[in-house]
Amino acid sequence: MAVTLDINGKPTSIQAAPDTPLLWVLRDELSMTGTKFGCGMAQCGACTVHLDGQPIRSCVTPIEAVGTAKITTIEGLGGQHPVQQAWVRHDVPQCGYCQSGQIMSACALLAQKPKPTDEDIDNAMSGNICRCGAYQRIRAAIRDAADTGPPLGEPHADIDEAIVAGSGATHRGAGR
Amino acid sequence: MNAPFKSQQGPSRRDVVVASALVGGSLLVGCSPADLMSAGSKVEPGVFGPFIKIAPDGVVTVISKHLEMGQGNHAGLSAIVAEELDADWTKVRVEQAPANAKLYANGGMGVQLTGGSSAISNSWDQLRKAGAGARAMFVQAAANRWNVAVGEITVKDSVLTHTSGKTATFGELLADAAKVPAPTDVKLKDPKTFTLIGTDRVRRKDAQAKVDGTARYTQDVRLPDMLTAVVAHPPRFGAKVKSFDAAEAKKVAGVVDVFEIPTGVAVVAQSTFAARMGREALKVEWDEDKAEKRGSAAITQLFKDVAAGKNTETKWEAFDTRGDAAALNTAKDAFEATYEFPYLAHATMEPMNCVAAVDGSKVKLTFGSQGQTLDQLNAAKIVGCLPGSVEIETLFAGGSFGRRATFQSDYTAECVHIAKKVGKGRPVKLVWTREDDMQAGYFRPIVIHAVKIQLDKDGYPAAWRHRIVSQSIMKGSPMGGKGPDQTAIEGTAGSPYLKATPIVDAQVALPDVGVPVLWWRSVGATHTAFVMEHTIDQLAAKAGKDPIEYRRALYTKAGADRHLAALNLAVEKAGPQAAAGWTRGVAVHESFGSVVAQVAEVKLENGAPRVGRVVTAIDCGVAISPDQIAAQMEGGTCYGLSGVLFGEVTLTDGKVDQSNFDTYRVLRINEAPSVETNIVPSGNPPSGVGEPGTPVIGPAVANALFALNKTPTTRLPFVRSEN
Repeated sequence: MAVTLDINGKPTSIQAAPDTPLLWVLRDELSMTGTKFGCGMAQCGACTVHLDGQPIRSCVTPIEAVGTAKITTIEGLGGQHPVQQAWVRHDVPQCGYCQSGQIMSACALLAQKPKPTDEDIDNAMSGNICRCGAYQRIRAAIRDAADTGPPLGEPHADIDEAIVAGSGATHRGAGR
Repeated sequence: MNAPFKSQQGPSRRDVVVASALVGGSLLVGCSPADLMSAGSKVEPGVFGPFIKIAPDGVVTVISKHLEMGQGNHAGLSAIVAEELDADWTKVRVEQAPANAKLYANGGMGVQLTGGSSAISNSWDQLRKAGAGARAMFVQAAANRWNVAVGEITVKDSVLTHTSGKTATFGELLADAAKVPAPTDVKLKDPKTFTLIGTDRVRRKDAQAKVDGTARYTQDVRLPDMLTAVVAHPPRFGAKVKSFDAAEAKKVAGVVDVFEIPTGVAVVAQSTFAARMGREALKVEWDEDKAEKRGSAAITQLFKDVAAGKNTETKWEAFDTRGDAAALNTAKDAFEATYEFPYLAHATMEPMNCVAAVDGSKVKLTFGSQGQTLDQLNAAKIVGCLPGSVEIETLFAGGSFGRRATFQSDYTAECVHIAKKVGKGRPVKLVWTREDDMQAGYFRPIVIHAVKIQLDKDGYPAAWRHRIVSQSIMKGSPMGGKGPDQTAIEGTAGSPYLKATPIVDAQVALPDVGVPVLWWRSVGATHTAFVMEHTIDQLAAKAGKDPIEYRRALYTKAGADRHLAALNLAVEKAGPQAAAGWTRGVAVHESFGSVVAQVAEVKLENGAPRVGRVVTAIDCGVAISPDQIAAQMEGGTCYGLSGVLFGEVTLTDGKVDQSNFDTYRVLRINEAPSVETNIVPSGNPPSGVGEPGTPVIGPAVANALFALNKTPTTRLPFVRSEN
């Protein structure tokens, strides 16, 4: 069946069975591979995209259910979105596989609650699993993006607390 | 991944055994993997050697022989080169090395493999020399051009400066430097003069690509004409295909072919969704004659019986014997405990997958390969070619935690079998669903520890009997080696507490079970750290002593200075007392050459432990990237905590009960602790970072709960589904 979807502001025509999950249309039909497959049953959040600004799990969303809703994927953020910049400042990703979904959930949270509490963050982000356990940096990056926490400096710029190896104990992590 | 490889430097006689065992065929016996790999290899190292490429625009590309699977090694490896090269860190890039054991073997293993928390430690000398060598070539080129002495030239941020003030960049001097003969002997920097290593400038090189969706994982590979495959696996380990009916599967739009392979029935299709629909329509009958039909409860009971000496057929292997432990048999007031650990799944975010193309005797693999040499050997065996004609393009891996390095290259081999059948060089992507991944085995084994310990008049261990029952990870593998399987005993073997005990009787038994098992981040320490550290708190309580002071006394007895220093740093940074409502637990463990101490603050919420602040101290030798060390302590702690809180794979009559994250619970952000990392100053060469942060949190939590309610934890996970 021919379907036209609104993806990142562009009308996009695809041929797919109506019950095909949006995830596989994005990845296999459109080569938009930033959105990841993790579990296939809305348990891990790696496939999170926005439908009209709301975070949804694309692995369980058949394209017939999308209709004319505006789809935003990680590619639609452009790479320099304030949340993406905060993620880089904090070196949040480890393996990185879950991060597209984490960032999409975080963007949706901040759009709704520009100054989220820790509880807001936990509630909004607990559907996104990170097996590398980058959780405290996710929290820090969200607070940073919301401008409620101390910034860590510009992306990959020199940071003042540089400590030469062997000169003393380093300490980091407090407040993250 | 661990110790078994560590004893050798470069290809050795054992590699020959590896090669012949894996490849078979008399023609190949006598070749080392390095020889086999180099056969047909197209790798031509550049003028600056196999690890450094420099472009005319001055960009330095460091070639990483190690897989980046999250652990941040690309940051550390490139920083080692940049430091000795005095390169502009902002112009340093990282590229993944091709598969070639001759150039890119792990120095501690003799094969190209990333594991055992060894990426930085085995590369330290190698990459320092590579960077210093390239630097010397630039300095010589500048000296020649300016007709000055090399001693009058300094290098900073990819710029060479003469005392007269003349300057030139790497880019400007590149052509000249390329003509300078590579030095045979280079002078390395005094670590006190490092300007990059040890600073917070050493950050990840892949963060941007990993936040904008452009980082390329196996799952993302799109090649012309590529097919996607899924495989119907048997419901029990060891079962085989008896027959299958593909009629309905082949009717699914997009399904191209359905055929049997050694591990099941492959469904090959135009898309992932079509392949999955095809598999749902497939009917398979299984031959379960040789399948493992025992459940996890029966296996656990067997191991407990063995540990209790009720099974006389057991073969015990001693790994630490000192003095006469016979008095323990009749000791009346001895401490006794039995601990029980379940199967654990790695549950990486990216399920196992691989892309293979087979054209006659040529194989191209495109995936997050963790053990390139093993993958080459296994693929070569299937196709019937020399391993050197197996080309591997290594991509980012979406986590591994040990899972992607198997002796059998299990899912890689499966993909090669399918691509071989498809043939003509047509690429095939094998996709495992979450369910495939979770039910495929290669679990951290079930383990039972039984201890009996007699204290002396001062309350310290006088005699220590220790029995470990587990399934061997190394047994039957070409790298098994002699003596007890180190992966089952490491951490009990070598413990400072045993060193401080005059009489020791420590043995291991490794019964056979038909469930595939594997290393799981920190390997033996996943259980030995728990047993040693939780036992120590119980012994301290029995002796009426403070558990921190008790450890200090034992470390002093054992000469375990690094344990003592890490413990002291963590305790000092934690401050005098826990926040109101929280109870502290302490644990210390050495693994992969590094010592980690943690003070964890814990409370009970609805009967389940909640972990708040975790103050960590690590001695990992020279700290190359303090920020990435912190990231690994944070992540390692979460991974370990996830395992001890919730991790448990169970089998009913041989079938895995869990299938996805709804039944295999993992740690989520609302359950994650806040980890503070403190690095013990050290001038020693770097040691492991990726794994040592994982095993300490479990016993720290158990010790906090013991302090809170005097109840020891003898069975993991803490939170069980039937509770």
